[in-house]
Amino acid sequence: MSRQTLAVWKFASCDGCQLSLLDCEDELLLLAERVEIANFVEASSAIVEMPTHPYDISIVEGSITTAHDAERIREVRRNSRVLITIGACATAGGIQALRNFADVEDFTAIVYASPDYISTLRTSTPISAHVPVDFELNGCPIDKRQLLEVIGAHLAGRRPRVRAHSVCVECKRRGTVCVMVAHGTPGLGPVTHAGCGAICPSYDRGCYGCYGPMETPNTEALSARMAQLGCEEIDLVRVYRTFNAGASAFQRASEAHEAHGVDGGGA
Amino acid sequence: MSDGGEARRTRVIRTDYLARVEGEGAMYVRLDGREVAEVKLRIYEPPRFFEALLRGRAFTEAPDITARICGICPVAYQMSAVRAMEDACGVAIDAGPLRDLRRLLYCGEWIESHSLHVYMLHAPDFLGYAGAVEMARDHREIVEQGLRMKKAGNALMALVGGREVHPINVRVGGFYRAPTRAELRTLVDPLERARETALATVRWAATLEFPEVRRAPELLALSEPGLYPIDLGRIVSDRGLDIAPAEFDAHVVEEHVEHSNALHARIRERGTYLTGPLARYALASAQLRPLAREAAREAGLGPVCDNPFQSIVVRAVELVQACDEALALIDGYVEPDAPAVDVIPRRGVGHGATEAPRGLLYHRYEIDDEGTILDARIVPPTSQNQLAIEEDLRAVVEASVDLPDEQLSLRCEQTIRNHDPCISCATHFLKLTVDRG
Repeated sequence: MSRQTLAVWKFASCDGCQLSLLDCEDELLLLAERVEIANFVEASSAIVEMPTHPYDISIVEGSITTAHDAERIREVRRNSRVLITIGACATAGGIQALRNFADVEDFTAIVYASPDYISTLRTSTPISAHVPVDFELNGCPIDKRQLLEVIGAHLAGRRPRVRAHSVCVECKRRGTVCVMVAHGTPGLGPVTHAGCGAICPSYDRGCYGCYGPMETPNTEALSARMAQLGCEEIDLVRVYRTFNAGASAFQRASEAHEAHGVDGGGA
Repeated sequence: MSDGGEARRTRVIRTDYLARVEGEGAMYVRLDGREVAEVKLRIYEPPRFFEALLRGRAFTEAPDITARICGICPVAYQMSAVRAMEDACGVAIDAGPLRDLRRLLYCGEWIESHSLHVYMLHAPDFLGYAGAVEMARDHREIVEQGLRMKKAGNALMALVGGREVHPINVRVGGFYRAPTRAELRTLVDPLERARETALATVRWAATLEFPEVRRAPELLALSEPGLYPIDLGRIVSDRGLDIAPAEFDAHVVEEHVEHSNALHARIRERGTYLTGPLARYALASAQLRPLAREAAREAGLGPVCDNPFQSIVVRAVELVQACDEALALIDGYVEPDAPAVDVIPRRGVGHGATEAPRGLLYHRYEIDDEGTILDARIVPPTSQNQLAIEEDLRAVVEASVDLPDEQLSLRCEQTIRNHDPCISCATHFLKLTVDRG
């Protein structure tokens, strides 16, 4: 009869993805009846410190940016039967992975008067760079319906229904006019992982890729089209280098445009 | 650490991982005998270096990038960023439908964030539970009404902003798409119900038991004639400060201390100050909408609330204010001719200050002629409040020194939660331990 246990862990992040769980206003109390929420510091001071059995499901938010956190995630992994990462920080390093493209000592000196007080790693890396991950949920922030689906599926022992196609498909499904085709607004929809429900185009805005790269994205073809629409190399570097800058397909694209920009080459 | 002398016994009260706050912080309090020797609110949330990573980005990217500092108050970041960038470019959206829409969206964030704090983070302290889920086993209807009100705030954010966390519809100059009147009307029913819940929340919060504590830090908030401060205004205090946001840098200094990844802010001339609901209420309660003012009066609040434990009542009053104002804004909404005004970049410096649910949030940017960000400075509310929180802790521990450790520790944590600290924001920002060693 014992309920499965759920734990929520935070690393470097904005708290927005774990907030998505508290944003499930209609489902939260039902979920809490079905599972034992054994560790969720943002919501409760009741913490099952060292479980006698591993947590059944650990939800991990945030990226690894300190030596202490690199150790802590290993401990979380050791104490978790299933480990699910949520959000762009945990799956791709987050916006703070922009340090990976710069010198972190310069960054520290810009923000802090006494950089010696700060201990940080040179890079911000996803959880999967440190420990095996059972499921990754994309998004900056994640979509709460997808989060419930992923938790529900793992509780039931089935695969989550989370599609890996592009945002474009979601746009077609909801019948939104393509802002790139109809208005010439550049956007990352064709290469971006579905899940948000294609919100931006429904607000007359181009997709900005906050769900990270889809499966097998063709960034080169998209970049060529965005260049025709007036994007310069620096714009293309910036557009791939945001919340999922460390996701490999977007990282390769931003680095290609950066090299191209430095060479002075034009398309 | 025992030296045998009962009178000089050192006692340590510590919490290494503060619960029910946003982000990672700890508390440390050390007593020598009955005297508080050391108080630290330590922020160990790892730094993410936003001010550095903004350099070299386009001025138009600041609202989306800085939103990621905090998932609880992204609209505050977006609003301070757009105001600062518009200021740099010589544009001011101080009236009209675009400003109204900004204020409306901001009301959604206040409703969502205050509902979360009042019901899920703060109420369990008063009723003696570890969290809202545990509290729901005995007080299900209370938790459910909090969740319903939170949902109404989220629905407002999702409609005007596109989604609840990190809204997508805000841009320098306005919005990508302005909602229609018909779309906004769908929010009237849930907001009317939320307003009723907010009124009930004020009445319920006023029945809670509050420790007797009086605090009088300098209080600082935005000020605009005739309106309760949210989205713009001058920066004023109860000790005579009255400055434009552009003068903030000249009056507020940030210091880096070893025990924290947050910078500590203080007013140059005087030191510690407090921002947030208690400051807004003290400085602007006369500007509350009549319904909120009446609710405050019925709850027994005077013109100033100097007991930080009663901040839960003030937050509830602000919930009434935000719901009532959102309904008024929807009622008076005129669809704008265009969803945004043109903002042409030019070399310069811009400042933006707005009222996040937990206090004043200041942004300053320097940009070049192309609109590339050369320098950024962000001063979140919790950095500003950190010293005031530590001073509250000292006062509360001194007044409660006879409590056993476990109760004293809970009292200390509650003292911190009184100010709804957001540690993700303040990193460059918190951890609490009490040391009576």
